[in-house]
Amino acid sequence: MEKFTSLNALVAPLDRANVDTDQVIPKQFLKSIKRTGFGPNLFDEWRYMDEGKPGEDCTHRPLNPDFILNNERYQGVEILLARQNFGCGSSREHAPWALLDYGFRCVIAPSYADIFFNNCFKNGILPVILNEKVVNQLFEETFATEGYTLDVDLASQTVKTLSGESFSFDVDEFRKHCLLNGLDDIGLTLDDADLIRSYEAKRKEKSPWLFDVIK
Amino acid sequence: MKPRTLYDKLWDDHVVKQREDGTALIYIDRQLLHEVTSPQAFEGLELAGRKPWRLDATLATPDHNVPTENQEDGVAGITDPVSRIQIETLDANCDKFGIVEFKMGDLRQGIVHVIGPEQGVTLPGTTVVCGDSHTATHGAFATLAHGIGTSEVEHVLATQCLIQRKMKNMRVEVNGEIPFGVTAKDIILAIIGKIGTAGGTGYAIEFAGSAIESLSMEGRMTVCNMAIEGGARSGLVAFDNTTLEYLKNRPYGPKEDQWEQAVSQWRELKTDEGAFFDNIVKLNAADIKPQVTWGTSPEMVVAVDAMIPSPEDETDPVKREGMERAYHYMDYKKGLAITDIKLDRVFIGSCTNSRIEDLRAAAEVAKGNQVASSIKQAMVVPGSGLVKKQAEKEGLDKVFLAAGFQWREPGCSMCLAMNADKLGDGEHCASTSNRNFEGRQGQGGRTHLVSPAMAAAAAIAGHFVDVRDFVRKQSA
Ligand code: SF4
Repeated sequence: MEKFTSLNALVAPLDRANVDTDQVIPKQFLKSIKRTGFGPNLFDEWRYMDEGKPGEDCTHRPLNPDFILNNERYQGVEILLARQNFGCGSSREHAPWALLDYGFRCVIAPSYADIFFNNCFKNGILPVILNEKVVNQLFEETFATEGYTLDVDLASQTVKTLSGESFSFDVDEFRKHCLLNGLDDIGLTLDDADLIRSYEAKRKEKSPWLFDVIK
Repeated sequence: MKPRTLYDKLWDDHVVKQREDGTALIYIDRQLLHEVTSPQAFEGLELAGRKPWRLDATLATPDHNVPTENQEDGVAGITDPVSRIQIETLDANCDKFGIVEFKMGDLRQGIVHVIGPEQGVTLPGTTVVCGDSHTATHGAFATLAHGIGTSEVEHVLATQCLIQRKMKNMRVEVNGEIPFGVTAKDIILAIIGKIGTAGGTGYAIEFAGSAIESLSMEGRMTVCNMAIEGGARSGLVAFDNTTLEYLKNRPYGPKEDQWEQAVSQWRELKTDEGAFFDNIVKLNAADIKPQVTWGTSPEMVVAVDAMIPSPEDETDPVKREGMERAYHYMDYKKGLAITDIKLDRVFIGSCTNSRIEDLRAAAEVAKGNQVASSIKQAMVVPGSGLVKKQAEKEGLDKVFLAAGFQWREPGCSMCLAMNADKLGDGEHCASTSNRNFEGRQGQGGRTHLVSPAMAAAAAIAGHFVDVRDFVRKQSA
């Protein structure tokens, strides 16, 4: 996993609440057996005027001129500014994969659906939670200022605006540690293999019917 | 000891290591795999040179992509090459790593959330995960079950553990006798209508109260299945005699010599008197009518006898905007009643409502009637090969076929339209599935979530009707 330390990047505002993962990456693209290559189909139904098919070259598809990511001024964006309950619906990790493949490294929203939130951390994307009022302010500023950027720093847990205003956010110590160092959490968990084995032995003694049955 | 909720007990029982930052390593007893969210996990495992930690905790089956016709031709018979590759990849991975898989053509194959309980893989007091958000279904068995992403699928395969933070406790209590014509589906839709799609975010929801207790296991699974549509990763129902009866003689459940021991542990799986809940919501069963979703989110739901709500009447600006968008997407005129919605297709199936009890309820309504000529397609898709077999034993297939429904083979089918079963642009569908998001059942498709009985009645009428009147008229 790629590290996330800090990021100073262009922001794109996606001004709608309850964006579900079916919208982030429509299901026909879930048929891939890879983790990469989803970027061209991120927000497919909103982004293009025609129906997207898996494996198709998207470069010549008709773009929806009203969709925010098609706007000239948001090209090269790395921070997605979103509304409440972002990433609800299906548990598909293809959603963060598609965001990442498109170039996003950070999402800022007042709230997220749990599974999506979790999936971001596993893929080197930082999902920042800021309160509704601050998010509203950031939306206004992004709309008002062409080339609007934010400075996101994970070590100090802050988001800084162009005018120097700074907002802090919470993040679990463990997740922060993994993200800052680009650590694979499977490896970290396996450091506790002995603990897992002893838990398992106890469990087997207490509830033996849970073992050696599915075979 | 401090009184604990059912969720507290399940959590405490599975903590392998508590970390200072509030996250914990929890042990996973069961993992279910399907073809869509597992290939990248196996790939990751292989790249890192790792092996599954345990094989006897895992069961796999293809479901999302399987065609619901001509399954006897097996994987080779799948015409869509991309679907075929995904299922072949699952087969190859399971063979390579030694994981038990119910392949296409196996009578036990079906939707993961139907076959887990059916096989006794899902057991009370366990943790169950699957790379699918409707894993919440299994909570009906006093099981801590939740959907996970693909990296977590890999994490569980490699370590049999998951890194989690404990959720908060929420209790949704539904009390009183469930009125005639109202089903588990209507109850959960009414709950989501009340709490909203984010109402349960961050919580494990325990469903309780006399109405929930009176539900069959099938009904409880329907309720827990949609906990995720209310934002909660997990839904739970306490263990009782209904759970016990369902679990007797399941293939992977405890055998005779261990049965009594298991039951005595399971008896503890309920919330203690006086345990603390962060949030409690109460509903009266008597107030619940058959429900129909009108918009593009499960919380956009009303009773069948209601008008489609008008965005102008909504005071919350975020909600109003969502409603306006839904109006546009569904192409409504002002002042429509739910019963005015014209339907093009009807889908009875999905992990929410494809169990035997659901099929019985739909067949009951379909019996002796004809699907309206204006309906292009009405399909019934059983949740598993075993459900299909049971239904055929009871003659339900004949009832459906005689009434003009299609009788298909098991899979997810039109719930998410990854196979050939989908809605055309602009078509309205009465569906017993769980999501009515834009494009969920096919691009431009318009989904209305209902119970199996309501879907069957709508197929016959060609539009939504109150199944209570429908049944009364029939028996008069
Ligand atoms: S039936 Fe639908 S909701 Fe259930 S697992 Fe299949 S696709 Fe998901």
